[in-house]
Amino acid sequence: MDCEGAVPRVYHYLDGELTVWKRRAITRHLDECPPCAQGFYFEIEIRRVIATRCRDEAPEALRRRIADALGEA
Amino acid sequence: MADQAQFAELAMPYMSALYSAALRMTRNPTDAEDLVQETYLRAYRGFPGFKEGTNLKAWLYKILTNTYINSYRAKKRRPEQVELDDVEDFYLYKRIGGLEAVEADKGPEMEVLDSIPDETVKKALEDLPEQFRMAVLLADVEGFSYKEIAEIMDVPIGTVMSRLHRGRKQLQKRLWDLAEERGLVPSGSSSGG
Repeated sequence: MDCEGAVPRVYHYLDGELTVWKRRAITRHLDECPPCAQGFYFEIEIRRVIATRCRDEAPEALRRRIADALGEA
Repeated sequence: MADQAQFAELAMPYMSALYSAALRMTRNPTDAEDLVQETYLRAYRGFPGFKEGTNLKAWLYKILTNTYINSYRAKKRRPEQVELDDVEDFYLYKRIGGLEAVEADKGPEMEVLDSIPDETVKKALEDLPEQFRMAVLLADVEGFSYKEIAEIMDVPIGTVMSRLHRGRKQLQKRLWDLAEERGLVPSGSSSGG
């Protein structure tokens, strides 16, 4: 596996949606190629930022409204 | 068969997650609240049909998604079929890594990323065309698998993969453009386009 093989599969790799063999081949490439490893690592960080920053609390009024509606349903 | 009496106890803990998703879908707090309420009422009515032991969260997201598509998007007959421009691999990493301050002192890429405010990240996601926005939201915010997303959105897995691939790359570009517009990074500082 070289950079051209590894980079387009970055999302499949991080999503855990690859066969064991492909996954191992990419892991081996990342061990040998610091630029790819850094790129992959940064993708993980971007994902962490997206996952943690896009959260909102449900307003208390909405909670009450739904609890009431379910109580009457 | 699931017992309706248990519904509130099991489903209420997902309310903030569903509300966050509804906000990204509708991009409007009032519509998001109505969408979440409607989702809970439909889920309650349909709960006797929910198979116990299967994924309740995925089931709720499917109802949320269907309700959104049927009610809130009704004004638009069809979802816009959009083609996204190709965005190069590692787009954001290359842009941030190209900043003078970062080049001079290797390592602070994460600091630049972390300095982007929540509102900007939300805006970047909300600016994606709907079909890409939904895929990225379900995968990267909610952590659903390709198979679960395919079931929630009622599309083949291959479609999920291509929407995710394009949507994630477009999101990076949008995030960079917004960061530039808002002066979070020096404008025009990166090489290439």
